[in-house]
Amino acid sequence: MPDVNFIVDGKKLTAPAGTLLIDACKSAGIEIPAFCYYPGLSLQAACRMCVVRIEKAPKLGTACTTTVAEGMNVTTESPEIAQARKATLQLLLGNHPLDCPVCDAGGECELQDMTFKYGAADSFYAEPKNHREEQKWSPVVYFDRPRCILCYRCVRMCGEGMDIFALGVQNRGSSSIIAPNVAPSESPDHMAALDCEQCGMCIDACPVGALTSGTYRYKTRPWEMNHVATVCTHCGDGCKTTLGVRSVNEGSEIVRGDNRDKSGMNGDFLCNKGRYAFDFANNIERLSSPLVRQSDGKLKPVSWEEALTFAGKKLRELRDAKGANSIGVIGSNRTTNEESYLLQKFARTVIGTNNIDHHRTADFVTLATALQGTTTADGKPRFASQRCVEKSPAILLIGGDPTNEAPLTAWNIRTNVRLNKARLYVANHQDIKLKRQAKAFAPVAEFGYAAFIDSLASANDFSTAVKAEEKLVVVVGNELRGGELAKLIAALPHAKFALLADYANSRGASDMGVLPDVLPGYQSLKGSTLASEYGAAGQSQVADAPGLDLLGMFDAASAGHLSALYVVGSNPIKRFGIDASALKNTFVIVQDMFLTETAVLADVVFPAANLYEKAGSVTNSYGDLQLVAKAADKAGVRSDFELIVRLADKFGHDVKTLVPFGKGLRAAGMSGDMGQTRGAQSGEADRHSVWLTANNLEPKLSPFDPFAILDEIQRVVPGYDKLLRLQLLSGNDQHIAPAASGLVQIQTGRKDLVLPAADTLFTSGSLTRFSPMLQDVQRHQASEHTDHLASAD
Amino acid sequence: MSTIPNSIFTPATAARFDKLATIYPVKRSALVPMLLYAQDDLGYVSDAAISEIAKRLDLLELDVRNVLSYYSMLRTAPVGKYNVQVCTNISCMLRGGFELLDHCKKTLHIGHKETTADGMFSLEEVECIGACCWAPAVQVNYDFHEDLTPAKMDAVLADYREGRGKDVK
Ligand code: SF4
Ligand code: SF4
Ligand code: SF4
Ligand code: FES
Ligand code: FES
Repeated sequence: MPDVNFIVDGKKLTAPAGTLLIDACKSAGIEIPAFCYYPGLSLQAACRMCVVRIEKAPKLGTACTTTVAEGMNVTTESPEIAQARKATLQLLLGNHPLDCPVCDAGGECELQDMTFKYGAADSFYAEPKNHREEQKWSPVVYFDRPRCILCYRCVRMCGEGMDIFALGVQNRGSSSIIAPNVAPSESPDHMAALDCEQCGMCIDACPVGALTSGTYRYKTRPWEMNHVATVCTHCGDGCKTTLGVRSVNEGSEIVRGDNRDKSGMNGDFLCNKGRYAFDFANNIERLSSPLVRQSDGKLKPVSWEEALTFAGKKLRELRDAKGANSIGVIGSNRTTNEESYLLQKFARTVIGTNNIDHHRTADFVTLATALQGTTTADGKPRFASQRCVEKSPAILLIGGDPTNEAPLTAWNIRTNVRLNKARLYVANHQDIKLKRQAKAFAPVAEFGYAAFIDSLASANDFSTAVKAEEKLVVVVGNELRGGELAKLIAALPHAKFALLADYANSRGASDMGVLPDVLPGYQSLKGSTLASEYGAAGQSQVADAPGLDLLGMFDAASAGHLSALYVVGSNPIKRFGIDASALKNTFVIVQDMFLTETAVLADVVFPAANLYEKAGSVTNSYGDLQLVAKAADKAGVRSDFELIVRLADKFGHDVKTLVPFGKGLRAAGMSGDMGQTRGAQSGEADRHSVWLTANNLEPKLSPFDPFAILDEIQRVVPGYDKLLRLQLLSGNDQHIAPAASGLVQIQTGRKDLVLPAADTLFTSGSLTRFSPMLQDVQRHQASEHTDHLASAD
Repeated sequence: MSTIPNSIFTPATAARFDKLATIYPVKRSALVPMLLYAQDDLGYVSDAAISEIAKRLDLLELDVRNVLSYYSMLRTAPVGKYNVQVCTNISCMLRGGFELLDHCKKTLHIGHKETTADGMFSLEEVECIGACCWAPAVQVNYDFHEDLTPAKMDAVLADYREGRGKDVK
């Protein structure tokens, strides 16, 4: 729309016609108070806080519903306006307890701020306040009725934003209240309750302390926490969550998760897990000391030195005696890129084997290889970012159920359809909930996605509509992989693609080469530059034949051919349903937070930090790279990064060739030879420092500095070479697309060992049972039965 | 047409609802009439009625409850056979509405929104019922009684008690 010129408080402003006055002012740094207005939700104009004087208008007008117009002259602060706002506040406070000192919202409450600003705590209303006890609507949502100012943000957030419609307004006038969808008469304990996604979005939107969070309420005050923005560890969508941490005896503990600065790809959104499921970190069952299996067969706590020395020496002995290929390494979906990269480098150059894999939840290898060398109609790479789902005019969703498995993807699709009228096409074997937003739905038989892909070639309504879309983003569930996925990609030659994966860093694990048949960046094991670099760095020549995949390792173990297995942050015994006896003759080292089904079989267990207790980077399933900041701290645990380095050290490996760090090798200006002359023969740190100097970066001084490995990732992993440090360090997401050529060649018949996590809104792999909140919410939801899918038009 | 198997309403009301759901451009517009007819049928709007109406109109039960709770003449609990609604709004107040209300309280031994032990009468204080020109006015179920005095009120109550009262729907 064309721009219009108008004046606010004497300042000349310009904004596109149709912009709301409140938004236009905000962009110009003029803040207009608002309780009911919430960007992106429908307009309510219920609170009258945003009143301003618009020249020639007979009365004060609401800035939240007025659009800017040419020549408009607006005043946003004047004695008249202050008086109007004060009167509004007095009405709102008519029944509000102003119990800020005990209210969770105290210190970050919009009503408190406004009362302070306009001084409306004194009032003409002498009637007694109507007190009501607080109500527990679910394990995570509590309602304190007297504090509610009836702005309806929660109602709109739940209905429009979440498409749940679990909150409504009941009664009339001054007895109006917000009511949840399970009426007292319908609930087992005769108390009103919420049967919903338990996302907490209503709490986040509430401008006051009327809706409070079950996990946080009465625990602390906002100013007593440190707030650390980091990435959610649960699904593969990559939401930014702000963790509020507080010092405790064993370090610092997470007390709250929320969406404080809304600067992430998730905008306003966080699902139940991102907001509340950090409590696994505080679980009393967490391991806090290394364990080593004794001659009596029991695991016993020992010192770090003893455990590391024992594990390192034993691994070395087995490697020397039985050969590198008798050892397997299993990586994680939740460790950082730096740790994943380091682990595969450990396998390939310290041990000298390609027997490395992880629990794959999507076939990223096929995605990278099938898309290489192709572009969209306007010459762009065809890897879709999470941002595309939020903005693209058309989306095709094939398979998957984002509402349950990738909640942010679902939120972005809904928001895009609602605010931008994006066209959503859904092809699925189930009536997934996003069908409600779909323009067209193609039912697919279970296991019938191959037939669906064929049907795209014929002319039916669905395929014609989809193919007519010029800017199409295709989001693919984990039903499609290998040959079928490649065929789908070929069938829609100009669309952008993304795969839905589970856990925070599945994509990162693939990109970092935690796979038996490809090197980081999907480079070939044979002949690529990285292959020769690894060859030089390793103690033994790195094999160029693919190693064993995850199941292959367990088969080898059952057959007695696997002398050792090193498992980092993974629980394959449970996930893949493997018989424990498979490992009875294998020396097993496990790094984990808990004594999982896999860890109980180990000979050495190292207590590990989780994603909220370390720094680094992760890549979501779309390929959006983000910074992970260390929020919490727990005495007795160490990061996987540190553990891998220490194990390499005890293995007798020169740690400097694993992690390029330190001065002696060649810090800037200290030696004439920067490594160039020795070419492939130069040491890792040498080559690395040449690159550091060329990129104006500092050498890292600690072998435990993940940024030393990030440097290396940036140097050697195609796609990640383009990453922008400043973007990363500022906490912004950036999209990484694998290289356009030179990737590993995959035969069409390749089978990919993908095992979807099948997580729902209230499960998160092995972490589920260690999160009391998730357990509580599961129990709560099991007793509720509201029909969410009834249409609400 | 949305026909509901095992409707909880009488066949006539159920048939009426089948039709109601089809005659408005937007289906949910039938909500308020349906709630009123449901109340006439059952004496109040029960959980089962809410759930059936939600189904008939493709609404969430919560939507039905939101609307239901807005109107004070819709109720979610049974009342006596005769619901005595005494107006105390301005015209009636000036002409003795409060005296009538107090009189009813005394003779029926119940208060606002209460029901006599024999289930015969309920009492309710209401706002203007649109009979100001004959104030003070009282509505019993759907029947109007105007120009009342405490003595006339006694006669009205006696009529109902002895089954002589009209019971219009
Ligand atoms: S927790 Fe989420 S789904 Fe539940 S009522 Fe609040 S906004 Fe709605
Ligand atoms: S509960 Fe909070 S968000 Fe909802 S209407 Fe009340 S004040 Fe607004
Ligand atoms: S949508 Fe995924 S990434 Fe976002 S908060 Fe939920 S689990 Fe975490
Ligand atoms: S913000 Fe404008 S009326 Fe509430
Ligand atoms: S005031 Fe009583 S009927 Fe109008």
